[in-house]
Amino acid sequence: MTETIQTQALGNPYRPADNQLRRSWAKLRRNKAALFGGILILIYLITALLAPVIFPGSPSAPNLMRSLERPSIEQPLGTDELGRSILGRIVYGSRVSLLIAIGVVAVGLLVGIPLGLISGYYGGKVDFGIQRVTDTMLAFPGFLLALALVAVLGVGLKNTIISVGISMVPIYIRLVRGCTLSVREQTYVEAAKAVGTRDRIILFRHILPNVMTPITIQTSLGMGTAILFAAGLGFLGLGVQPPTPEWGAMLGSGRAYLFNSPHVATFPGIAIFLAVLGFNLSGDGLRDVLDPRFRI
Amino acid sequence: MSQDSLLSIRHLRTRFRIYEGLVTAVDGIKLDVYRGETLGVVGESGCGKSVTALSILRLLPSPPAEIQGTILFDGMNLLDLNLDEIRRIRGNAISMIFQEPMTSLNPVLTIGEQISEAIKLHQGGTRQEAWRKAVGMLQMVQIPSPDIRAKEYPHKLSGGMRQRAMIAMALSCRPRLLLADEPTTALDVTIQAQIVDLMIKLKEEIGTSIVLITHNLGLIAEMAQRVIVMYTGKVVEEAKVEELFEKPLHPYTQGLLGSIPWIGRKLETGGRQLQEIPGIVPSLLEMPEGCRFHPRCSRVMNICSKEEPPLVQPEESRRVLCWLWK
Repeated sequence: MTETIQTQALGNPYRPADNQLRRSWAKLRRNKAALFGGILILIYLITALLAPVIFPGSPSAPNLMRSLERPSIEQPLGTDELGRSILGRIVYGSRVSLLIAIGVVAVGLLVGIPLGLISGYYGGKVDFGIQRVTDTMLAFPGFLLALALVAVLGVGLKNTIISVGISMVPIYIRLVRGCTLSVREQTYVEAAKAVGTRDRIILFRHILPNVMTPITIQTSLGMGTAILFAAGLGFLGLGVQPPTPEWGAMLGSGRAYLFNSPHVATFPGIAIFLAVLGFNLSGDGLRDVLDPRFRI
Repeated sequence: MSQDSLLSIRHLRTRFRIYEGLVTAVDGIKLDVYRGETLGVVGESGCGKSVTALSILRLLPSPPAEIQGTILFDGMNLLDLNLDEIRRIRGNAISMIFQEPMTSLNPVLTIGEQISEAIKLHQGGTRQEAWRKAVGMLQMVQIPSPDIRAKEYPHKLSGGMRQRAMIAMALSCRPRLLLADEPTTALDVTIQAQIVDLMIKLKEEIGTSIVLITHNLGLIAEMAQRVIVMYTGKVVEEAKVEELFEKPLHPYTQGLLGSIPWIGRKLETGGRQLQEIPGIVPSLLEMPEGCRFHPRCSRVMNICSKEEPPLVQPEESRRVLCWLWK
């Protein structure tokens, strides 16, 4: 395997990015768990994008004549208490959870990266201030913090994204700060300063790309956590509100029928499980591929 | 004396506030760099050479570091400038080359991006212009096929190539003063020679003055016109290069020169193969009383351990910090 890669490198000396990609792909392919995670995410993405194709009807229109039907040819995953297709609601629910996952991670990154960079680069009082706030936030279990924020902000899709997002900010701040601390001591940062580069450019152009690897890994893992947290809020009725199909809320409302119609709660649960599993496995896989400590 | 001096440092004292107390890394030094000359700065590790260079560009992080004195560059005290003003000087009027070519280029940016960034910062203009100038600089430092190399990342270049790229970056805005902090230490001897030749050639072309910081006396002999010798944060001797090599005055300088191995030359000192300076550099926290070199000095006298030696000027161009010449 290594030999083929080297031959390619010799034959193609001016395309380092391409070569790197190839090597990473080769490593990823050998990591079966990561590959499985990647396939899960791919299925998940396709489902979210092609939801209207996979399930042509409305996922929210009730049909009380057919409530709580068991899985059949016509309704592969059965129907819920209002007679809505569970398959349809899971398919459309993937859109909601994807939106939440992306939104949450975006909030985490947009707030966490700048604060982490500033905290790590400048140190001193600024660092102290940011880190004490981070400590305070980390003292709460993540889900509890999100719950408290929902209590303040109120329920709904937007507020779910904001509260779960904010509950993840301290993780990103810590991560970025830690990496920045080691990168800022590198000679190339000093060299950049010595040619008169502005701090803002040093932070975002010189330091940020050098700390992207752990951020990428954390982003994948964070998406899984985001889906889980949002589902948790939905389960408690504090997340996305009905009739929007949301996996956690579906699980919550299916709980009442757990003994007579277990399929109502089971399938959304499996959906959550597979999505989170996918992000976690691929996050681990990305770490194996990208982390230089594991590189041959 | 000072009318043609480009950089003139007086009473520079750089201290670091650390847990154990206040450490004085540079202790009241005085030095002048004249226009168009190369000033060599020699001394052992930890004698304050690099700290002096970093103090000039104010690159030391300010909470632990405290800088006092005056650093006059072209009549302007660098220590009085605000951050914006000093940033306009950095890389433009004064630039710096670092010791480690392997780590002084950012691994995630191409060579061309890093050089053109410096050019664009100080000279403005479009991205394309800056890129063209960057490629021109790479050509100037004799990197083969510079237009291809400019698009490459630092890991594809050898140590010597990277140091050339660093020199290209440092000289890209035609600075009036170049601080070269051990520019050849991390390189192979053959590459060292190439880099030295290159620096001498570029110095002529651009007309920049150089402060060459090194512990390599051969490099000093090759490049510098004047030398200052530093020991524990003080300038202990200043002389023209020929004078220093011919007749070193300070016992420390004599020791330094005596510890160079010469192929094919018999040492007159008897059975010893190579001279050494006994002992080690004292910790900055526990400086000996009197002359700081006296515990290691071969010609120590009574007064040396009691009183600090005066700065003596035995000849017009020389200064030495020693009781021997009083």
